[in-house]
Amino acid sequence: MPLTFVVSGPLRELAGNRGELRVGGSAPDVAEALSLLWSECPAFRDRVITERGELRPHLNIFVDGESIRYSGGFATPVRDGAEIVILPALSGG
Amino acid sequence: MPETQHVDPQPGDLLVLAGTMKGAFVFRADASRAKWDMGGPYFPGSAVYALAYDNRAGRNRIWAAPQSMHWGALLRSSDDFGRTWTNPEQANVKFPEGTDAALNRIWQIVPGRASEPDALYCGVEPAALFVSRDAGETWSLDEGLWNHPQRPRWEPGGGGLCLHTILLDPDDPRRVRIAVSTAGMYVTEDGGASWRPSNQGVRAEFLPDKYPEFGQCVHKVVQSQQQPSRMFLQNHWGLYRSDDRGESWNDVANGVPSDFGFPIAIHPRDSDRAWIVPLESDQFRCTPEGKLRVYRTSDAGAQWEPLANGLPQANAYETILRDALAVDALDPVGVYFGTRNGKLFGSRDEGESWTELADGLPPIVAVKTAVVT
Repeated sequence: MPLTFVVSGPLRELAGNRGELRVGGSAPDVAEALSLLWSECPAFRDRVITERGELRPHLNIFVDGESIRYSGGFATPVRDGAEIVILPALSGG
Repeated sequence: MPETQHVDPQPGDLLVLAGTMKGAFVFRADASRAKWDMGGPYFPGSAVYALAYDNRAGRNRIWAAPQSMHWGALLRSSDDFGRTWTNPEQANVKFPEGTDAALNRIWQIVPGRASEPDALYCGVEPAALFVSRDAGETWSLDEGLWNHPQRPRWEPGGGGLCLHTILLDPDDPRRVRIAVSTAGMYVTEDGGASWRPSNQGVRAEFLPDKYPEFGQCVHKVVQSQQQPSRMFLQNHWGLYRSDDRGESWNDVANGVPSDFGFPIAIHPRDSDRAWIVPLESDQFRCTPEGKLRVYRTSDAGAQWEPLANGLPQANAYETILRDALAVDALDPVGVYFGTRNGKLFGSRDEGESWTELADGLPPIVAVKTAVVT
């Protein structure tokens, strides 16, 4: 089953106003899943991770509802057909 | 998101570009500078510390560097005064692999000299210089500065470790001077291959050695285009002039209420004339006595006179940041500044009188001017 990515904000605009993208391929973990996403939508990469390969500090990624900050980061396992949500954190001023 | 307004500039019009913590605004007036229209907000929600206008090679291009807290920073440009903006797929200014660095904020965009119409320079945080030779399509890190042996000892000031000033010497295309808070000034004379500190005479009040080779908290530096040996510097404590192209500096804080401040601007044709906005101490960092006063020298810093006609003189606790003061190229020169309280003021008579162009903007962090060609 394809992975489902749910995106918002400028990612949605960069994806032709699609808030949900289905991406085929096998990905054992978040790092591999994101690589599949970058192949589909190259413009996402620099908006989601820094040059150091880190998740931007005010973004969160959830795999099947759990933040990867608490489940192993980019090494978090991804099941076949998982839903991966990329959301801006509740921050600002 | 807020509704965005646009301006419709014509050749000869003046633009004042205002960068704020919540987006960018474009103000337009004809050459009389009597009535202003406002465009914006552009990039609402993003901090815009760097703006520039590029009219070389037939362009009418505005550059902006929106920094989203969530999605990062990149350079975007508009060839129609803000109606549409580029949105590059990949971040155009980014640290290369191996540097172990990540871009936080773009602090400065400077179009190259007329002799290099496709060159652009960019100062960023963490402190580094990027250069484009193809009108902003691709950017390269200046490795000479990045690999400088003193860089590991540079320390961030309150705004972060930022490269905020880029001065392109009008006489020598290989000579560039930059300023970093907190590292001081560095100069290259070989087009960026090698750099040396250039802070002789500039005080570092916060260090045991008050006059170190580097490590000063330089807030802003300006260079005369007519007489490039003449420069002025607003320091974190200290107001300086150089008559030898920045090789040495002399204190010229004569008659100012405080020698602390952030911005400084120089007259485009008179190298003896400059403007500052002193602030009370590096603790309070607001205009002294609750009076908003710009100070001007007309004799290269021998004296500074307050300019307050039209500016609030009671309960005006304002802060004007390092890039929030600018002059235009018209005659008489126009002077513009923005405050952290979101007020934008302008003078069309070199500071003799002031009017409020806008109030209620988000905190203003950058003000730039341009005459539309």
